[in-house]
Amino acid sequence: MPSLGATFGRGAATLPQWDLANSDCVLVMGSNMAENHPIAFRFVMQAKQRGATVIHADPRFTRTSAMADIYAPLRAGSDIAFLGGIINHLLQNDLWFREFALPYTNLSTIVGEDYRGPGELGGYFSGWNAEGRRYSPESWQYDGVVVPSSLAEGYVEIEGFAEATRRLHEGPTPKDPTLQHPSCVYQILKRHFARYTPEMVEQVTGCPREVFLKVADAMARNSGRERTGAICYAVGWNHHTKGAQIIRTGAILQALLGNVGRPGAGLLALRGHTSIQGSTDIATLYDLLPGYLPQPHAFRPHHTLEDYLKVETSPTGWWNNFPKYYVSLLRAFYGAQATPENGRGHDLLPRIVGDHSQLPLTVAMANGVIKGLFVMGQNPVVGGSNSKLVQRGLAQLDWLVVRDIAETDTATFWRDGHLVRDGEMRPEDIGTEVFLMPGSLSGEKAGSFTNTHRLLQWHDKVVAGPGDSRSELWFTYHLGRRLQELYRASTREEDAPIRSLLWDYPVDEEGEPDAEAVLREINGYTWPEREQLASFNDLKSDGSTACGCWIYGGVFPQPGRNLARARKPDGPEGPGTHLGWGFAWPDNRRTLNNRASADPEGRPWSERKRLVWWDETKGEWQSPDQIDFVKTKRPDYEPDWSKRPAGMDALSGTQPFIMIPDGVAGIFVPSGLKDGPLPEHYEPTETPVRNAFHPGVEGNPPAKRWAHDLNPIAAPGDPRYPHVLTTYRLTEHHSGGTPTRIVPTTAELQPEGFCEIPTELARELGLRSTDWVVLSTPRGEIETRALVTDRLRPFRLGERRVFQLGLPWHYGWAGMATGDVANVLTAVVGDPNTGMHENKALTCALRPGRLARRGGQG
Amino acid sequence: MAGGLAHPRTLEYTDRDPQGPVPQEAELTAGHRVESGRSYGFFTDTTLCIGCKACEVACKEWNNLPADQPGLTGQSYDNTGRLGAHSWRHVTFLERGARATSMPPFQSNWLMMSDVCKHCDPAPCLEACPTGALFRTEFDTVVVQQDICNGCGYCVPACPFGVVELAKEDGKAHKCTLCYDRLKGGLEPACAKSCPTDSIQFGPVEALQQRAAARVEELEAQGQTAAYLYGTPGGPGATGGIRRLNAFFLLTDRPERYNLPPAPSRPSRNARPSFLAGLATMAGLAVAAALIGVGRR
Repeated sequence: MPSLGATFGRGAATLPQWDLANSDCVLVMGSNMAENHPIAFRFVMQAKQRGATVIHADPRFTRTSAMADIYAPLRAGSDIAFLGGIINHLLQNDLWFREFALPYTNLSTIVGEDYRGPGELGGYFSGWNAEGRRYSPESWQYDGVVVPSSLAEGYVEIEGFAEATRRLHEGPTPKDPTLQHPSCVYQILKRHFARYTPEMVEQVTGCPREVFLKVADAMARNSGRERTGAICYAVGWNHHTKGAQIIRTGAILQALLGNVGRPGAGLLALRGHTSIQGSTDIATLYDLLPGYLPQPHAFRPHHTLEDYLKVETSPTGWWNNFPKYYVSLLRAFYGAQATPENGRGHDLLPRIVGDHSQLPLTVAMANGVIKGLFVMGQNPVVGGSNSKLVQRGLAQLDWLVVRDIAETDTATFWRDGHLVRDGEMRPEDIGTEVFLMPGSLSGEKAGSFTNTHRLLQWHDKVVAGPGDSRSELWFTYHLGRRLQELYRASTREEDAPIRSLLWDYPVDEEGEPDAEAVLREINGYTWPEREQLASFNDLKSDGSTACGCWIYGGVFPQPGRNLARARKPDGPEGPGTHLGWGFAWPDNRRTLNNRASADPEGRPWSERKRLVWWDETKGEWQSPDQIDFVKTKRPDYEPDWSKRPAGMDALSGTQPFIMIPDGVAGIFVPSGLKDGPLPEHYEPTETPVRNAFHPGVEGNPPAKRWAHDLNPIAAPGDPRYPHVLTTYRLTEHHSGGTPTRIVPTTAELQPEGFCEIPTELARELGLRSTDWVVLSTPRGEIETRALVTDRLRPFRLGERRVFQLGLPWHYGWAGMATGDVANVLTAVVGDPNTGMHENKALTCALRPGRLARRGGQG
Repeated sequence: MAGGLAHPRTLEYTDRDPQGPVPQEAELTAGHRVESGRSYGFFTDTTLCIGCKACEVACKEWNNLPADQPGLTGQSYDNTGRLGAHSWRHVTFLERGARATSMPPFQSNWLMMSDVCKHCDPAPCLEACPTGALFRTEFDTVVVQQDICNGCGYCVPACPFGVVELAKEDGKAHKCTLCYDRLKGGLEPACAKSCPTDSIQFGPVEALQQRAAARVEELEAQGQTAAYLYGTPGGPGATGGIRRLNAFFLLTDRPERYNLPPAPSRPSRNARPSFLAGLATMAGLAVAAALIGVGRR
């Protein structure tokens, strides 16, 4: 989530989902919220019942659209053009919330004069390196000062980076509050988006001009002191080679409208699984350590602890506390083995050397580089991009461990998969040894979920799982324990990390580790006494504290007091922040950046939208929420620059975005993003049309590509693949399908794969619902059933009429609800920031009929 | 921020043992206690339905009903087809003008309705039942007792809504019980409890009717002028001798579009006229026979 991180300081939803009920306008975009987040959608319906305007902007008319007041159809992959058009409309007509955006964002900050935008450089931002297909962000910096990124990876490859950031101690970033300076962010933004005219929006997105303007007006009308609007998005924004920049566009929009940190305002990043937010927090991503700390990198100045802390610690803002969090994490990892001699454990941590995310991992598997794979709670044959490449990769492995609640498609790829079906391999030719280990369901184990708005909720074990099924905790703990046993006698240096690991969780009589012991470690304790800490404010950088994930600090502040267990909602007369229900990171704050709900003087913007205010008599901020600011910092506080202030001392009383080194929301992002400081429309990697903004620069220039024989890409406008294809989920099934396709009562609801086809195209091809069709891309072909519907429509893009097809991706051969694997069609291409694939927008061909079977399997 | 969302009595339980049972849980989840001697039912507000089918799943899970697995129907997102012996909740989907960009508030243009047994007052199925297997409970709901049902099937054509069906497995009549067992335990019926948008609301029928009438007015004020109630006394759905449906609906299109009869009626209403007509015919025939007899003599 680098976009929200770069703009507002934290890569997470800024508001609790129930706060949507306080919204005056909810834009759902890049999400089919009613279908995929029905519980969260309950609060949109509550807002609607209180009179809010509900807008759905989406390529398909879905069950969410059916509940909307305005449905804005747009071609998959054209979101930046749509949102950019709204930004232009706000700026041209002066409809933005100036009193909010001027002090609380970097609109007035002056950017160095070398910066040039893609409008001036033929589709590229300044700093483009065509050979390396990457940007150097040097020319994106503020005038005379480098501001490190607030993202996990603070370091930016700029010569003299650390020294250049030290200027932040000397004074505020250069500003022109009159917004007249030609290089101030406001002027750059205005020039940048001036090209996003209603005509251009209509041509690129296919959304009729009057509909688009109606959306823009609804959003503008519902902003300001008295009113707020929220945006809900999900992977419909993520799954693009420019996904981070789509989210950035939404974030800029909300910053301009004053829709962040306030009741009913913000961006709600809807997460697809029960604890995806938690898995990002506790770092399933290869380049993150728990709590959004960067994994040391072999090719960055991370060699010693001192080097690493020097470049990754922000001089100003909250991230100045970075060393406390990192050193405490190392203590939690290595215990007594973290010593001053080994950099408090820094020397033991593995280094990354490049992109190790799922897409390059898939390619490396297919190339035979990777020998073994653990698949836990995932079904990559169904969910992974370019499924045939995935299956080819699995076939190259020596061993594969699948841990799940049923035999998944991934576990049976060698028997029922496409390699066999297409006659490319026989089961006996596949040497992969597959271990299927039964996993347990959530009710069969204790633990916590971290939901979409950073809320931890504990669940107890209510029933023992059947047979040999075990929890992930059991499996991981005993795997680690046994590995440690195997390496105990080793004296080799490379084995030191595993030998040094602190791995002493208490287990019950069945060998199940105590999940609360893990949460206590995540919360943090003193070392070596192991007394639980009340909050992350108690963490130290001298090795006297241990903490498994600093942002979760305070979730278990005392023995026996697991706040994730708390279940006390506010009553009907209560404030509605529900601080007694679960625990939200950080520090139980429900609305992030909530200092922004008060004006610069500390007064609520309006009584109607009251959340945080300054109480002069008490000398502190007041709120029914936990305050995301220094509680006693006066609104009129100004840093004393003669003392070279550091950390929070360098932020004034009017700078609510405490995780960002200069304290204001980053409308223009000088560092941290790899594809530009501002969002720009680029076409998807596979597109039926040329880029109307920059013919010749079709896709996002630094998008990740991996050349492989099994991963061919269709050229822009390739007439063999004329239709736009978007993949999606249905409310009836869960992602890779394992938990729902095996259960009769959910399987029967959507029992078979299908492809949604617009009525006009079906008529041209003579198709009726339930007829067989074949879809193809350069990666492969699948057969499925047609579902002919008006809910998909043809788009007129300039002179062209473009059809869009919709394909649910849940299906595979395992279980009761079956169908061909949609991801056979998708490509391994990725967002330059996140490595996220592009399965929401690609091109394909469609024909009636079925596939010939070469492998003999039915 | 606006006030909290929880029922006040929820707070009584939050500090206690969360494992312990909550008496009259329906009061917390639906806002109503369940007491025998009162009439209970559903108010299904289609304008709030998002077609998630959680009601179908919750119903089958609680009542232990098997899946029918009819396969992909191609009828929008409806793959369970209809109410039946194994499907006591069924969501109907109707795509209608899905090319619109401006729409009335709440659900429109893709209509979804969670259909269910109407628990009619009076109930035609119950009237047709010769064995007393169908009976009216202390909650004014209509339930089949499978141990008494002899599978005669008279209730099937008697139901004007096509709700009751004989199961292939046991040959007996099956339909929604309005979660009779849950009501006895003070629990809200499974479908209503699982509904994420409160499209299905459970409660005493009179209270639901008041709420529904207010909802129609509220929708009208917001610009949805097509909303009306189906199954409240005097309205469509409560016709032909049926006084009211204890499970009634708020609709925004003609009943037929949702697969509901525009004017359902009780077959038993035809019994008295038919019986009298029969008597009259017999009397006529007797008189004619007598006259003929007299003539011959």
